[in-house]
Amino acid sequence: MSVTLQLPAVLAKLADGQRSLEVQGSTLGDVVADVAARFPGLAPRLRDAAGKPYPFVTFYVNDDDARLQGGFAASVRDGDEIIVVPAIAGG
Amino acid sequence: MTTSVAPPLALRPRPQVCRACGALHAPAPIAVCEQCLGPLDPVFDAERVTPTRDAIAARPWSLWRYREWLPFDGEPVLSLDTGGTPLVEAPRLAARLGVARVWVKNDAVSHPSLSFKDRVVATAINAAAAFGLDTIGCASTGNLANAVAAQAARAGLKAWIFIPEDLETAKIVGTAVYGARLVRVRGHYDDVNRLCAQVADLFGWGIVNVNLRGYYGEGSKTFAFEIAEQLGWRLPTAVVAPMAGGSLVTKLRKGFREFAAAGLVSGGAPRIFGAQASGCAPIVQLVRENADVLTPVVPQTIARSIAIGNPADGLFAKSAILESGGWAAAVSDAELVAGIRLLAEEAGIFTETAGGVTVAAALALAAEGRFSPDDEVVLCITGNGLKTIDAVASVLPVAPLIAPRVAEVRALVKAAES
Repeated sequence: MSVTLQLPAVLAKLADGQRSLEVQGSTLGDVVADVAARFPGLAPRLRDAAGKPYPFVTFYVNDDDARLQGGFAASVRDGDEIIVVPAIAGG
Repeated sequence: MTTSVAPPLALRPRPQVCRACGALHAPAPIAVCEQCLGPLDPVFDAERVTPTRDAIAARPWSLWRYREWLPFDGEPVLSLDTGGTPLVEAPRLAARLGVARVWVKNDAVSHPSLSFKDRVVATAINAAAAFGLDTIGCASTGNLANAVAAQAARAGLKAWIFIPEDLETAKIVGTAVYGARLVRVRGHYDDVNRLCAQVADLFGWGIVNVNLRGYYGEGSKTFAFEIAEQLGWRLPTAVVAPMAGGSLVTKLRKGFREFAAAGLVSGGAPRIFGAQASGCAPIVQLVRENADVLTPVVPQTIARSIAIGNPADGLFAKSAILESGGWAAAVSDAELVAGIRLLAEEAGIFTETAGGVTVAAALALAAEGRFSPDDEVVLCITGNGLKTIDAVASVLPVAPLIAPRVAEVRALVKAAES
């Protein structure tokens, strides 16, 4: 099963310059673990030392905020797109 | 895609530092730390010469009179006449709140687009110019869209503006009229915001509240600076402000503290009180539970200008409020409409829904006993009621229609007096 992970430019540098990665996993946490194993430099940018998400980094699964779907426990399916966005806000 | 234009030589944005990990970044149109993805804030030269009260007072009445506390070296080149809005005393509101005095800081009449967002765009557009960007943009709930469109038009910059699909007509018209590229996005503001984060990353534009955010946010401090100066170089004891992304309350606290540190003002730091609509109150929840993790919500309120369910400055806003000794309150849509009417009837100021939230929250906080009889309170009114007339139109009395006869007027006067 294959899921696409889209990285912002600031993180793509740590993934050999790739903005889009094909990743594996049935939950968001699995996907993050897969990416972390393949790109160790990226690992500490996506999750803290305890394996928890940072408050400044938001994951979207098919355009929906993963925090509203269980966070790292959110399920992902074949063909899903995950977007990583540094948290920002305006008005 | 964007092209670069020759930047003004005299204006240089300040470097930025990560609020989370402290890493220093050279001046650039970036708002996210390369080390930890935390937010960046401009850093100031601690050795810079700051002006005296008299020197500030001798300058033109705009937000640039406080330029030593804004994130640039050199002279600004754009939007030189924004800021300088009235501070209006409202004694009948003071009586309602049971406090000594109340003032309304009235950015409903801000130049050029009738909201406090003119302040943050004034600083962001100067950063864009300094970086040589020819296109600016924003994700907006309306007021920011108006401010970006107006100031970009005047500066001769291109503007791409992204808004939720259901915004009020006045805010859509008040953006499109300036010739901006206006794009409606299906979904809530948080969807628009996420899209703009990707757009800023891919297109290289200056999205004012995304990759220019550090320079943008500092403009909010001028709201606090003006309050202090207009009160005669002293601070109020309490301030009530609306919260959307949560930035304003943090910048109010920062602004008051910077003026105190500079020896410009007397009085202790004001207690900061935050206001949200109960249909979108994630920061109020953070404050009241003193929680460490923000729980995003899907907004359900007519206060669209502050309907941000995923406020990235939420945790910082909570800290600013609690550290100041303040508190936060949420109010229903019916209460905010009543707040709009109360401000209009008691202070002669017509505000939009966010202002109604602020007034209604002040009443709720007073009812909770959060104010004392000797408090001096400033209500931060950030937007104009003419932009959200639908919110109140249906609850106002219908004007009687009469023939042009004095007898009919007499009958109305008699009915009004009875």
